[in-house]
Amino acid sequence: MTAVEVHNLRKEFLRRDAERSGLRRRRRRVPALDDVTFTIERGECVAILGQNGSGKSTLVRLLSTLLLHDGGSARVFGHDVFTDQRAVQRLVNRVSVEASFFKKMSSEENLSYAARFYGMTGAETRERIPVILERVGFPTRRRHEAMEHLSRGMQQKVSLARALLTSPVLLLLDEPTTGLDPRSKLEVQDFIREVWASHDATILLCTHDLAEAEALADRVGILDRGRLLCLEPAEELKERFRSQTLEEAFFAATGREFEHEDEDAERGVFA
Amino acid sequence: MRGAASTLRHELIGLSGVLERNANLVKRYAWWELAFFVWSLANTLTIVFIAKGIHAAGGKLDVDRATTTLLIGAVIWSYLGVLFEILTETVAWERWEGTIEYTFMAPLARPIHLIGMGLFAVVYGVIRTAVLFAVIAGFFSLHLGGANFVAALIVLAVASVSFIGIGMMTAVLPLISPEKGMQMGFIAQGILLVISGVYYSVSVLPQWMQWLSTISPATYALRGIRHAILDGYDVGAVWGDIWPLIVIGVVAIPLGLWIFGVGERHAKRHGKLKRSG
Repeated sequence: MTAVEVHNLRKEFLRRDAERSGLRRRRRRVPALDDVTFTIERGECVAILGQNGSGKSTLVRLLSTLLLHDGGSARVFGHDVFTDQRAVQRLVNRVSVEASFFKKMSSEENLSYAARFYGMTGAETRERIPVILERVGFPTRRRHEAMEHLSRGMQQKVSLARALLTSPVLLLLDEPTTGLDPRSKLEVQDFIREVWASHDATILLCTHDLAEAEALADRVGILDRGRLLCLEPAEELKERFRSQTLEEAFFAATGREFEHEDEDAERGVFA
Repeated sequence: MRGAASTLRHELIGLSGVLERNANLVKRYAWWELAFFVWSLANTLTIVFIAKGIHAAGGKLDVDRATTTLLIGAVIWSYLGVLFEILTETVAWERWEGTIEYTFMAPLARPIHLIGMGLFAVVYGVIRTAVLFAVIAGFFSLHLGGANFVAALIVLAVASVSFIGIGMMTAVLPLISPEKGMQMGFIAQGILLVISGVYYSVSVLPQWMQWLSTISPATYALRGIRHAILDGYDVGAVWGDIWPLIVIGVVAIPLGLWIFGVGERHAKRHGKLKRSG
């Protein structure tokens, strides 16, 4: 069964130029996603590689129903992302680069708030929150502490718990390990593997961590300046571009160094 | 039928989540709440002392009645401030904390989300306003033996429906302008009260403002509450102020939801439904 079907998906943002035309600054349309097409099968883990500003977050936010598209289509388990938003929202959850919580509230209070929107009662959340926190390696005795007192790694574990608490069938991971120390990074990656194996979840992982993409994903795609250049198993990708590493394959596909981000940053499509 | 019951249950659980979260935030920011209460107290006192000031300067007026009239205006100003602030936080606070994307991608109907915020705002606002009123009344040793507080509360409750509707309209502003949207809520609050006779009778306003006052729910709320507290009117006697509030409320809630929906679609189209920074 196809979990995600994206056809010619297009999203543009209006950006003001620095230069003025008369009294007003000129506006230009900047393509964040440009005719992106791909599918993800149920139970598959697909990684999308791209630099900052390449359109990864825009893709995740479109599939999360947080953006409206400018063309093309996107379906999640057969439901149109833009016209059947409630059905899609019940199936999807995400973990993004920023953990994002009410900082004065505890992890338990934050998780309880998020879970209620997915129909979990107070009694259910009280029962499940300690269990899920333990699974992500969060010390449950600290669940009453304010989020602002937790380390970045701990907060990201709570973020994973938030996503899993609602049992999503499609998990969108937008740079989930960026900014974590090496140990926390490995713990989060191990947990993603475990969830994928035990949860019957389909995963879309957007990252600029090449090793993470290679280690976790069935297929790896390269998103460059809003265009999806390829999407295939990492080994085939390296073979196609006659590369030893994914980094070399990325360079061959895009003609640019992976670390070279200035050009994408200048596009100003971080929305 | 079963499907509808299940959907209703889901939405009510979501609504309870909104109420619980707001209660948790009040608890977690308890000292700040106290600080803002002291500020409201000081602000209200500056208004209410005006009656005594006029009397001391040789003006002829019933000090107790004028003080109570001003007090009602000041506490309604404070109540509206709380109501609009909490509703505007539907977007503003979540945006600041960065939780907005998680909340707005969750399967909860936006009307339920906003009604949850409105319900909390009313309950919290009424409790806060009642305490504020009692403290100030005690400060001035006001004689309110003849006041009909039940009728005043009923007028406030009915008016709150309209206020929530207007609050929904202002709640969307931080989505459109993340930097200045919240302040626009205060502007709406000020305009609403200035045309509604917050510290004076609407009859002293210019004609065009008097016309505007007829479509403001605050006009009927202030007049009804003043009649109930100052003159001891019962619900039947203030019905003339209650029915326009019902009519405005019936229009304001759907209009507020529609405007919020338009704003949310605009934000989704232009990539503004995201955390600050």
